[in-house]
Amino acid sequence: MAARSGKISKDFAFEKASAFFASVVLFLTVLLFAVLLRESLPALRKFGASFIVSGTWDPVREQFGALPFIYGTLVSSILALLIAVPLSVGAAIFIDEFAPPWLKSPVSLLAELLAAIPSVIYGLWGIFVLVPILRDAFMKPATKYLGWIPLFKGPVYGPSMLAAGVLLAIMIIPFILSVTREVLATVPQRQKEAVLSLGGTRWEMLRIVIGQHCVPGIFGATVLGLGRALGETMAVTMVIGNRPEIFASVFQQGYSMAAVIANEFAEAGGLQLSSLILIGLLLMLVTLIVNLGAKGMLSRIVARAARGI
Amino acid sequence: MKRISGTSRALIAAVALSLAVVSGASAEPLMMNGAGATFPYPLYSKWFYEYSNANPGVRFNYQSIGSGGGIKQITAGTVDFGATDAPMTDEEMKKTSGPILHIPMALGAVVIVYNLDKIGTGLKLTPDLLAGIYLGKITRWNDPKIAEQNKAVTLPNADIVVAHRSDGSGTTDIFTNYLSAVNTEWRAKAGHGKSVNWPVGLGGKGNEGVAGVVKQTPGALGYVELAYAKQIKMKVAALRNRDGNFVSPTLEATSAAAAGVAKSMPDDFRVALVNAPGKDAWPIAGLTWILVYKDQKDPARGKAMVQFLKWAIKDGQKMEAALDYAALPKAVAEKVDKTLRRISFKGKSLY
Repeated sequence: MAARSGKISKDFAFEKASAFFASVVLFLTVLLFAVLLRESLPALRKFGASFIVSGTWDPVREQFGALPFIYGTLVSSILALLIAVPLSVGAAIFIDEFAPPWLKSPVSLLAELLAAIPSVIYGLWGIFVLVPILRDAFMKPATKYLGWIPLFKGPVYGPSMLAAGVLLAIMIIPFILSVTREVLATVPQRQKEAVLSLGGTRWEMLRIVIGQHCVPGIFGATVLGLGRALGETMAVTMVIGNRPEIFASVFQQGYSMAAVIANEFAEAGGLQLSSLILIGLLLMLVTLIVNLGAKGMLSRIVARAARGI
Repeated sequence: MKRISGTSRALIAAVALSLAVVSGASAEPLMMNGAGATFPYPLYSKWFYEYSNANPGVRFNYQSIGSGGGIKQITAGTVDFGATDAPMTDEEMKKTSGPILHIPMALGAVVIVYNLDKIGTGLKLTPDLLAGIYLGKITRWNDPKIAEQNKAVTLPNADIVVAHRSDGSGTTDIFTNYLSAVNTEWRAKAGHGKSVNWPVGLGGKGNEGVAGVVKQTPGALGYVELAYAKQIKMKVAALRNRDGNFVSPTLEATSAAAAGVAKSMPDDFRVALVNAPGKDAWPIAGLTWILVYKDQKDPARGKAMVQFLKWAIKDGQKMEAALDYAALPKAVAEKVDKTLRRISFKGKSLY
């Protein structure tokens, strides 16, 4: 009897302790939100909704609007996904299905090593290696022959939205790659063999298996990569050109929300500081919306996949 | 009553010993805390090291968090001294708990760097050309207005890629202050400050960011600190100064700018050395200051601070050139010395 009540009280204590830890996490999030909101109030009062539609950023005259930063954050992240998702999924399939055993572990090890490199190193490498290569080998010829497409309009300087997108892509590849590999590993070997034994080619086998099993997982991996891309600061600010304007061309400069905070926070005061904090709040909201949207889509995909089986 | 066990006794002894060490610490060196500008950080580090070697009673802890941070911390009273490259505004001065003194320590210069393959250092620019380039009105290197000043060289038929700082900085403050002083259109359109709304150009974070853009981009032009340009050996432009002479940015030319305004230097030293008179004066220069409260709260700390500042404007000045800082001209140093006498504790000078 005594032993059992002891057990129950231990259970009780454990439950309360874990509830406490959970509430700490919740409390921190709420506190973060509350402080950001409080500090951004002066800017919110002054500019209101015009803050997210205005494109002016003038610290001298204290006129602030966040649209170019929101645009830059979203466009650079989407560019990164467009490059990183096909690359990582293709690489994951190769490593798991086609690569000879001696190649598997070095390739995946190197890919995962990419995740361990600090972002400031990526930024430096971006300035000194990636940007000159992109500029001379891709952007200059592209603008020469395809310059009539607004997307590729010059002049070409180097630091640009495209450079930021490519650099972000390289940074998020290891995340998407390793999660995609985990997802591929969950496919039962017998199912793959079943497709092959019915006379399916390897391509058909992969198409069926990935279509049936892996789309939700790959989608989840993509969202993980997107989350990282949205918040990336140092590497982006070093190659994006830091110009608060909206251009149709990806060869032109841009600015991201995280970058402007990192750039101007230390020396800002008054309304500028408040506006920067408001951008921080918006960045939090953008991330939240993207994640919630992704969750919703994910559950729909999962439901559809479940019906398909 | 319980008997004190062996371990407890050892523990008590240890506590007593550590208390002795702590109380002994009051005879340890005085730790002066400071925070602020990054630009003079290498100079201050050298000074703190040399000064503490000569005066073991005082040590320094300096956080180079930026001028804005230095002003915030001295305002909040969390440091013994602040440091800044841009003088405090009247509004900022009102927020402090007492009168603040700006003590000039050194001079910095902002220089124009560029990346043109076939053209060496010393490209000649006038104030209007520079403003025109930063306003986006002069966009090609072979613009007749640039060519007119540089007849000896063939300028390339290429875009000028304009680079500027993306982070808020004292360097930008000095540079835009200069453009505002020499060009009315710039003053009306962009104005001056630690960060401004640039009409054109790429933003680089820090001196290294601007230098990176300029070095990596053919046809680029940007502005960085003199010390930085010297250390990484970039091509620098000569600029026409107020007296009409083309001057190359050097430490001497920077000191000449301060000498040019020495007579008209206000008593609080809150002055920008842009477009200074003098035939050899480099026109884009600025002071960097240490900020201290006039009325010190602790006589020992206040005394240590004043002693250090006295040393810095005399012996310290000799170390500036080796680290690529321009020393204060003699007339200015003498004026600073007078200001140091005003630092006091309960109305009594600590000099």
